[in-house]
Order: sequence, then C-alpha cells, then structure tokens
Amino acid sequence: MTTETSAPVASDADTAAAALVAPGDSNDHGPTTGISNTKLAMWLFLGSECLLFGGLISTYLLYKTRRGPDNLAIPTDVFDIPFTSISSFVLLMSSLTMVLALAALTRGDNHGARVWLLATSMLGGVFIGGQVYEFTSFLREGVGFTNNPASSAFYALTGFHGVHVSLGIVMLMSLFVASWQGKLRQEHSETVEIVGLYWHFVDVVWIFIFTVIYLVPA
Amino acid sequence: MNTTTSEHEAPDAEEATVPKEATVPEDGAREHSEHEHPSDWDYVKIALILAVITAVEVFTYFESVYDWGSLLIPSLLIMMVVKFWLVATWFMHLKFDNPIFSKMFVGGLLLAVGVYVAALAAFEFWA
Amino acid sequence: MTITEPTTEGPKTEGPLELESGREALAERPLGVLTRPQGGRGWRDWLSTVDHKKIGIMYGVSAMVFFVVGGIEALLIRLQLAVPNGGVLSADVYNQVFTMHGVTMVFLFIMPLAAAFANYLIPLQIGARDVAFPRLNALSYWVWLSGAIFLNSSWIVGGGGADCGWFCYSPNSGVTFSPSHGVDFYAIGLLIAGIASLVSAINLIVTCLNMRAPGMDLFRMPVMTWMLLITQFLLLFALPVITVALFLLMFDRLFDASFFNPDAGADPLLWQHLFWIFGHPEVYIIILPAFGVVSEVIPTFSRKPIFGYTFMVFSGIAIGFMGWGVWAHHMFVSGIGPISVAAFSLSTMFIAVPTGVKVLNWLATMWGGQIRFTTAMLFAVGTVAMFTIGGLSGVTHALAPADTQQTDTYYIVAHFHYVIFGGGVLGLMGGLYYWWPKIFGYMLNERRGKINFWLMLIGFNLTFGPMHILGLQGMSRRIDTYSSGFGFEFWNMVATIGSFIIAVSVVVLFHNIWKSKREAADLPPPGPDPWDARSLEWMVPSPVPEHNFDEVPTVEGLDEWWHRKYSFDDDGRVVQIATAEEAAQDGSAKGVHLPAPSFWPLVLAVGLPLIGYGLIFNLWLCVPGGLLVGMGIFAWALEPVDDPDATHDHHDDDHGDDDDDHDDTASAPVAPGDDTASAPVAPGEQQGGE
Repeated sequence: MTTETSAPVASDADTAAAALVAPGDSNDHGPTTGISNTKLAMWLFLGSECLLFGGLISTYLLYKTRRGPDNLAIPTDVFDIPFTSISSFVLLMSSLTMVLALAALTRGDNHGARVWLLATSMLGGVFIGGQVYEFTSFLREGVGFTNNPASSAFYALTGFHGVHVSLGIVMLMSLFVASWQGKLRQEHSETVEIVGLYWHFVDVVWIFIFTVIYLVPA
Repeated sequence: MNTTTSEHEAPDAEEATVPKEATVPEDGAREHSEHEHPSDWDYVKIALILAVITAVEVFTYFESVYDWGSLLIPSLLIMMVVKFWLVATWFMHLKFDNPIFSKMFVGGLLLAVGVYVAALAAFEFWA
Repeated sequence: MTITEPTTEGPKTEGPLELESGREALAERPLGVLTRPQGGRGWRDWLSTVDHKKIGIMYGVSAMVFFVVGGIEALLIRLQLAVPNGGVLSADVYNQVFTMHGVTMVFLFIMPLAAAFANYLIPLQIGARDVAFPRLNALSYWVWLSGAIFLNSSWIVGGGGADCGWFCYSPNSGVTFSPSHGVDFYAIGLLIAGIASLVSAINLIVTCLNMRAPGMDLFRMPVMTWMLLITQFLLLFALPVITVALFLLMFDRLFDASFFNPDAGADPLLWQHLFWIFGHPEVYIIILPAFGVVSEVIPTFSRKPIFGYTFMVFSGIAIGFMGWGVWAHHMFVSGIGPISVAAFSLSTMFIAVPTGVKVLNWLATMWGGQIRFTTAMLFAVGTVAMFTIGGLSGVTHALAPADTQQTDTYYIVAHFHYVIFGGGVLGLMGGLYYWWPKIFGYMLNERRGKINFWLMLIGFNLTFGPMHILGLQGMSRRIDTYSSGFGFEFWNMVATIGSFIIAVSVVVLFHNIWKSKREAADLPPPGPDPWDARSLEWMVPSPVPEHNFDEVPTVEGLDEWWHRKYSFDDDGRVVQIATAEEAAQDGSAKGVHLPAPSFWPLVLAVGLPLIGYGLIFNLWLCVPGGLLVGMGIFAWALEPVDDPDATHDHHDDDHGDDDDDHDDTASAPVAPGDDTASAPVAPGEQQGGE
C-alpha cells in the first residue's frame, strides 16, 4: 500500500555489519555505518520533507478548481506559463552551479567554490524575485490568498516552497561569507555538500510543482 | 573484554569480507567514493539534458506547436520523473553515495506518494 | 566520542569534565553574548546540558508534571459526569477540559515520557557515549517544553483551552464555532512541539544507525531500542503531515484562508485525512515504546531470552509499516464511500496480526520461565493483558457496520484508553520501576510499588471497563452531561470512582519516589545490575556516570550483558561465570572527552513561542522571537562544538570526534524544516574542524 518506513534500516544490517570494521577504526568507534552523521541526518530530513510537500501539493490538487461560493478567480485563470518557465529554468540551473561549487571546493579550488556559491544564491534570488513578481501580479489580477480554497492552497504551497528557497539562500550566503573570510576550505566540503542536498531538494520539489501545478491542464 | 590493541590486531573475519572499504584510509570513510565522482563536464551535460527536457515541457503548453492529445499528461509526468531522477542521482550524488541515503529518501518519497495518492483517491474515485 | 586517555590525563584532572590544570577557562563568546558554559553544577548545568541522560530525565520530569495537569483535567471530566445533570463545569469549559486532557496526555505526557526513555536508553543500549547530535538533543527538549508551555498558556492568555476535541475536526475548529484563541494555541503549540519531535527523531535514528558499539549489529540491538527506532521513523514521516494540517488550520483561523471551512467551498474531510494520516501512526508512536519496555522487562524477570527476537523486531516493523495504511478507519462514518471503507476495514484487520505475534511472543517468553513478580513485571504483564483487551475491542471497530454503531460513543473512549493507558501508560510505568535504579541510583520500594500497580490496574479497569457498556448503551462521547433515566448513572459513578483510584495510585507513585529516596540512605546501593538484566545499560554503574562507558564494549551477541555473566555447562545448564559486580565497569574512567554544554538550544527554544504569540496577538512580537531564533542558530553554528580545552594528543581521537564536530552542521538539517531554525551550517565547521 505504502512504502515501508523501517525496512531500509533492517536491510542495512549487512552494510552496517561490514562498516563496523571500518578501517583504521580507533579504539573509540567512528560512525557505525561509515557514513557521516550529518549527511544521514540531512537525508532523513529530506525524506520527511517529502511528506510535508506531499501534503501541500495534495491539498492544492484537491482544491485547484474550487472557486468558492463567490465564484472568484483561481490561480489557473491567471497563470503566466512563459514567465514561470523562465524562473523554473533559473532554479534548475542553480542546481548546476551548486554542484559545481561543491566540485570546486572538493578539489581545493576555494575561489571557484566562492564564485559558484554566489552564483547559486543569486540564481535563487532571481527565482524568489520572480515569485514575488508573480504573487503581486496575481494579486493585481484579483487572485487573493483568501479568495477560495484554490488560491489559499496555491499560495500556501508556493509560499512554503519560497520560504524553503529563501532559507537555502541564507545558508548559501553564510557559506559564501565564510569562504570570503577564508574559513571555508577543502576539508569543509561536506558542509557545502549538505547545504547542496537541501538546495537540490528544493529544486526537485519545484520540478514537481512546475509540472503538476502549472503545466498539467486543469 | 577486548582491549584497544587486541581489537586492532585481531584478524577479524568480517574485515576480510569488505576488501574495498577496508583498504580506504581512515578519513576516506566519509568520502570513500570521491574518486567515482563525475567531472564538471558531466554535470554540465546533465544540466543540458535537464534544460532540453524543460524546453520540451514548456512547449507542451503551446498547443499550436503540437497537440499532444491524451498523451499530454503521461508525457509530462514522465518528463518530470526523469528530471527528478537526474537531479537526485547526479546532483545529489545518490548514484555514487551510500545506498542508505537512497533508502531513507526514497522511503519518504514513496510513502508520501502512496499515502497522498490513496487519500486523493478516497476523495475522487472511491467516494 | 573519545575514550579514556590515561596518557593525556593531567595530574589534577578530577573528573571527566574538569579542565586540565593550568588551562584557562574558555573565553569563547559567540556573538559576544554568552560564554560557552563549562560543565558546571546546579541549575546552570541543567539549562545548558547536552548530556542525553540529563535531557532524558528532564523529559521525564516534565512529562510527569503534565501527567498531573492532564490527570486533573481527567478528574474534572469524571466529576462532571459522575451524576446526571452535573454542574461542575459549564458545557463550554467542559469542551476545553476534555480537549486539553487529550492533547496534554498524548503530546505532553506519553510522547515525552517515551522520549525520556528513548533519550536515556538508546545510547546506553547500543553502547554509545551520547546521541549523534547532543546539542540538537537539548534543542528538542527545550523546544518541546516551550511548545508545551505555550499550549497550556492559552488557559491564561488565550481565553481558554482549545475546545474542538483532540482531533479538532473542522468546522468545529473554525473561528465561527471556536471563537477564542484556544485552537490557535493548539495549532501553534503542536507545531512547536512537532519541531522538537522531528529533530529528536532524526537525531535518534542517526544515533541508532551510526553510533552503535563495535559488534552491535542492528539485529543485536535490544527490542526496546528497536521499538524506539521504529517509533522515531514513524515520527519522522508522520509529523510533517500534521505540520501541514496545523499550518493550514492556522492560516484558516489567523489569516482567513479557506482550507477547511465548508462555507468557503473547502472540504472538511481534508483535515480528517491529514489528521489521521498522522494520527494513526501516532497511535503506534505511543504504544511501541511501551512494547519495548515490556520486551525488556518480561525476559529479565522470566530469566529467559525474549522468545522469537526476530519475530519481535519484524512484527514491530510490520506494525510501523501497516500503521500507514489504516488511517481512514477513524472516518468510517464520515462518508468516504464504500470502497474506501472496505479497503481500510480489511487493512485494519490485518494489523492485528503483528500485534498478536507480539502478545504470543511475550506469553511464550514467560512460559516455563522462573518468573519474579516485581512491580516492573506486574506492570509489564498488566500491559499485555490490558492492551489485548484494547486490541480486541479495536478489532470490533474494524468491522465497519459495527463501527457505525460505536463511533463517537463511550465504547470508543473505552477502547482507546485500553490501548493508550492500558498499553502505553502501564508499560511506561513498568519502565519507570525497572530503570529507576539505573537512572537515579536507588530502588523504588517494591511493596509500595505493588500497591501502586494494583491500585492503578483496578482503578483503570473500573474507569474504562464500564465505558464499554455505556457506549453500547448509547452514551455519546464528549457530551457534557446526561439526563437521568437512560441507565447511564451507575456505570458513570463507577467510572468516576475508578478515576479517583487511579489518582490515588499516582499519588502512591510520587510518595514512593520520595520515600524510597529517603530510605535509600540506609539501604545498600542497588549496584550496576539489581535485576540480573540482559542489556548493556546494566554494565555501567547506577546512576550512570556522565561518560556512560569507561570503555565502549565490544558486542558479540544478543543479550550481550547477560552472556558476560552466564554461560552454559556441558549439560546445557546455565552457570554463572561472573557476578554483575565483576563483569560491570566501575565508572572510574577519567578524562573522557565529552561534548561541551551550550545555552543556544534554550535561546532558540525561547524564540519560538514568542513567534507564536506574535502570530496570534500582534505580528510585531514575531520580530524579537525571530531575532532570538536567528541569533540562536547563528551563535550555535559559530560555537565551537568541542570544548577547545579538551586535549587531542591521541591522534585517533580526532576521528572519533567527528561525530561531535558534525553537530555543528547539524543545525542545517533542522533548519529548513521548521522554517525558523534555518542554519548557516558553514561557519560552525570552521572551528570544529580538526
């Protein structure tokens, strides 16, 4: 019916057992599975986020044509697909710059990492700017948050996503500043990787939203 | 009770079964698959594929270009899944990383899809 | 994560957390505000601790406080219903009291009590020095506490408690039918508590997967740890669902959105679906820790290994998995349609199977064992019996036609109290008696414990047993009173008497704790292993030293600790090879490197309710709240994770320290989730690095 929540753990028994004898394990053991705690935590968190966005997306899908008793405008009336396509494309490309930032830092190219981090956060900023423009133009065209279930659900979903992107930008800018101060070096690439995971996740959520909310006709 | 030294020196049977891991130096445990990582050019190629798929997606919107008919929604969903998969496997390194990560993420993803599709179905079709 | 370093130990080092002599106390001031606290004493120590044991104790103490709060609410309900036309509470206040009773008992008592056990026991049972992210652990506790206080503050500042029932169905939860701020406090309070549980779930999962002692395979973990791990997975995936629902409810009420209000064209069933997609796993979140306790207590006091360990584990996993496919059985009468009803009816019947496996395994464990009926054992056996009754009445709900008659009657109230109280609470009470000497270093008196048990068991059955009858007689759930002449009088009076017997049993518990503490001075200390138990936590002294294990044990099998004490002779008979005192560690390790305490989790936790009050009363209040949260996160990330005074002469240690170092970046995972706790992961790593 649904996926198994705990099975992955169970079936990892072999992996875990193998990693138990992780090489050079000191008297006090390192991570049992040989993977980083933080990265595992981030992936767990992203798994959890799937259900958060799933709930918001489902809410929108349930409500997307409900105009309410006053028969007011719904978001699909005013979608500007070409515009949203561009901002979607921008966000998609920010995943490329993000992964390039990580690759640069991993090979010790601090300057490159800094440039790509800045590029990523700027692309993210463009996306957020696009979303602000989209929201204001929707409002001008009479699609307010309180119009009807459809518009409430639309703003809640895209707003949640926007908040996630914004938090990602804050994290990226923090990394950028740290790098600027020379404090973000090759050995910290895992930190960049973890922020990157979050960033890519926000991107894949938008891939989903763009198709299911914008492109699939009502 | 095993002491530190005996732990290190005792030839552990299990150790023999993990030849690859066991030869990586200590700090390699965290980034053991470093060498398998794709090059920048690989990433750019993936991004190009993503861009092309996105372009096709957007063109479905302009029905004057080509009318997809009943294939529209399935093809949109397939393209979405491909994009999702490309980002997750390449940019998020799931392809190269420890499978535990994939399991955790895919676990959440499939659970979300299953539960919410069932809930929406309860509204739409089963009512 | 470092082990004893005799070579680096300074001559004047006094204890695990003492600074080496001659070293200056740390003057690290992230953001120039608070000095990184050292392992101090007194209240400052508790406020800044990152020790999983202290955090576990704080969870437990807070949970008991809310147990009393929720218990008083329960007694008010029973007083109101003791006689027909009761006048103790007005209908409005009655609505608030039963709502807050449910919310308090579920979210502020059982869940944190289970979290107390999870925090305290998981690292000990898997042979770890602490959880994977000690500071996040502190954050979980403080955030949960701030959410709990926030939720209850609605009595004072919100115009009363929430009054929509614990599952808060729409449209009752809307502004029209619930004009006070109670429901706003419900939504935001549970959101805050949810952040705490999510962080804690991630933390404990990583701990279980990544922090196990050498040789501690997943299938050598005690069943308790397994059940807690499954619980954390359920929390991980269920909490975001209720988070969505609560956010939408908040938007509906505070910002005039239309998500659940049928007048605005919305579908009130959406709330029901979201709530129960969370709510049914929540049932297992409540019950599985108690199953874990029972699975530890019964083998110990039967002097037998748990029967069918793998079955126990896999039935737990099966429960966790199937728990996702049954949620709509709470909605059989809501008009979800015959196909849905049939599907969920079937899946509900199936979930009885793994639960039945567990019950049979517990019975088989006791079969032929040398049973010692200690208080903990009595509670465990009571749990099995009472939960079985609750499970059987649950199966009657799975039959949709029968459920149609039972829904919203006292039969349902009886059923879920048998599951949650008879299963969850009795089980965790047994856990208290069982692990008390380990946690506090003295035994709870057995005679008073048995009085506690029997009073609680009798009171419980007197309270909730009659509710089956009342429900089948047609007494509605949630009615604030009833007229005489329906035949409800007698059983309601019995239930009220029973509820006061439960209250007396709780008083006996507190008295026992207090009196036993006083008597402990004259008694021999319990030693590391007073029960002749089986799992690793019993190989360290009681109470557990701050560094847990002197030396992280190497695990060779299930029930590792028991096998260090006993072996088999040629005839297959059990022979003792070592006494507990001989086999146990003496807790004397010095210089064990421990993560340094931190104030930032507390600072962050104070910010969240401020944002909550701001959303309800005046958006400007969100500004200081947001600033506190933001400052907390940045300072957290900038704070060096390790006490820089700790020595690192021993090269191997650096690797071991990694776990702690990552704590830094660990603020990242929390970050995006709660939308307030964003974390600049970066800067932390700079200083935590090797």
